[in-house]
Amino acid sequence: MNEEQKTGAPYLPQLADVGEAPTGGPHPPSARGRSGVSCRVPGCEAVVGECGNAAAVSVRDVVRHFGRFAALRGITADFAPGRLYVLLGENGAGKTTLLRVIAGLLAPSRGTVRVLGSENIRAVATRFGYMGHAPLLYDEMSALENLEYFAALYGIDDRDRCLQAIRTVGLDPTLQRRVGQYSQGMRQRISLARAIVHGPELLFLDEPFSNVDVRSAKQMTTLLATMRDQGTTIFVVTHQAALMEPVADECIVLDAGRLIAREIGIPPRLLTPYLAEESAALRRHPSPPGAPYLPQSADVGEATGAPHPPVVGECGNKTEAKP
Amino acid sequence: MTSTPSLWTITRRTLAKDLRLEWRSKDAINSMLFFALLVVVIFSFGFDPTAEESRKIAGGLLWVAILFATVVALNQTWTRELRNQVLDAYRLSPAPPQALFLAKTVGNFIFVTILEVLMVPLFVVFYNLRSVGPVWQLLVVALLATWALVVNGTFFAALSIRTRSREIMLPLILFPISIPALLAMVDATTSILTGDNSPVFWIRLLAVYDLVFTVVGLLLFEPVLNAE
Repeated sequence: MNEEQKTGAPYLPQLADVGEAPTGGPHPPSARGRSGVSCRVPGCEAVVGECGNAAAVSVRDVVRHFGRFAALRGITADFAPGRLYVLLGENGAGKTTLLRVIAGLLAPSRGTVRVLGSENIRAVATRFGYMGHAPLLYDEMSALENLEYFAALYGIDDRDRCLQAIRTVGLDPTLQRRVGQYSQGMRQRISLARAIVHGPELLFLDEPFSNVDVRSAKQMTTLLATMRDQGTTIFVVTHQAALMEPVADECIVLDAGRLIAREIGIPPRLLTPYLAEESAALRRHPSPPGAPYLPQSADVGEATGAPHPPVVGECGNKTEAKP
Repeated sequence: MTSTPSLWTITRRTLAKDLRLEWRSKDAINSMLFFALLVVVIFSFGFDPTAEESRKIAGGLLWVAILFATVVALNQTWTRELRNQVLDAYRLSPAPPQALFLAKTVGNFIFVTILEVLMVPLFVVFYNLRSVGPVWQLLVVALLATWALVVNGTFFAALSIRTRSREIMLPLILFPISIPALLAMVDATTSILTGDNSPVFWIRLLAVYDLVFTVVGLLLFEPVLNAE
């Protein structure tokens, strides 16, 4: 257990700490999660990402309708803690809807969602952070004022922590300008700071790099990798797969509301802007030859009511996922 | 260390935030003030009442003007939460939903009270009003009546926040529900101004109305906040 976990204080890495983004293509799967950070489940000494104690997020046969339109059509999957997941797919594939359903902003029309072991998402609200399409900030207040207010919603009354969160995303905390006068990229960074100010162990990011310049996006990516290495489970919805390629543990491909593929890292064929042809190819060949890993339906679970295999893990403390 | 924050703390912080935002934007106060001012001035030109007639109609004119102006403010306070989808950030947090309701209600109460403080002297001048009954009773009526308007209004404004035509929807829902309170506040005010009847019954009715709708608002606000 690292020092932050011992003291209960959240880990907010500094951009200066994390240095340059790792490069050189996807890490081998074995390198992922080998950060030396223990699983957060009491009594488990396994390394985060290799522990099967509990899925950080578990969705079962999740369907979500908007009127007659089905945005999600029966998604079932488990997501291990301490990993960085990238959700890919075309516009309208259901990425944002899935993220909002998991975060509790939308109720599923059918199916169950378990976040950090609880079906009552509100009960674990202090343990996850969410960054949406919109910045979720008040335009008339400065970055620090925004963060102080949102930190207060999590029971945090600590100005230094808010200052640290702003520094963490690479901005000047003394900036008095109101958020409405910020550039889009700065808003995105402050929005990220808002999402991490309470030190979440689970982080949902919906298109965090939209309107962000490449350098800033790489810094954000590096920050996410550092947080992942410290044990935070991260979900990133993006159309810019190449930015996440050096740090992604796994990519989840959605199409027309269905989860059509899960792969370790981000395969080169998905790095270019996501194309309809690719999606169609994946539908025709759910397990493309040469793919390093593509879970079978049994891995991600089916909505049949049959018992699920143990949730991902190698530490021996496996638990049966609830069907 | 994060923890579930208390109702009082979040109410206080949210109220402070709302007052700060209003101080900087002045959206609600400006729109309310100009609207109420127009109503009072137009009515004063439309009628030419004597002092005696003024006492009889002033209660109705004043509270109808304030009710219309309040609706403008209610829409503004929730519209602010929809910009940048800030309301989602609150819904994601462990903060109690009731704290948001209380803070918004108290905030609106402050805005409407400021409006009344500015409007009543104008009203006295335009309509040449002299109260026959005790003025302190008018203060009690004003406080109870203002709370009745904002507690209902805040709740129904939240309910209509996601509808496409919320500016129309809010009065359609709010006005019928507010009729008992409006009746009580107008009759209580007229009774005090003319000194003809005792306003006690109407004051009690207002107090009960306030209590009932505050409790109902607190109990039902969570599903309203999380409605899609």
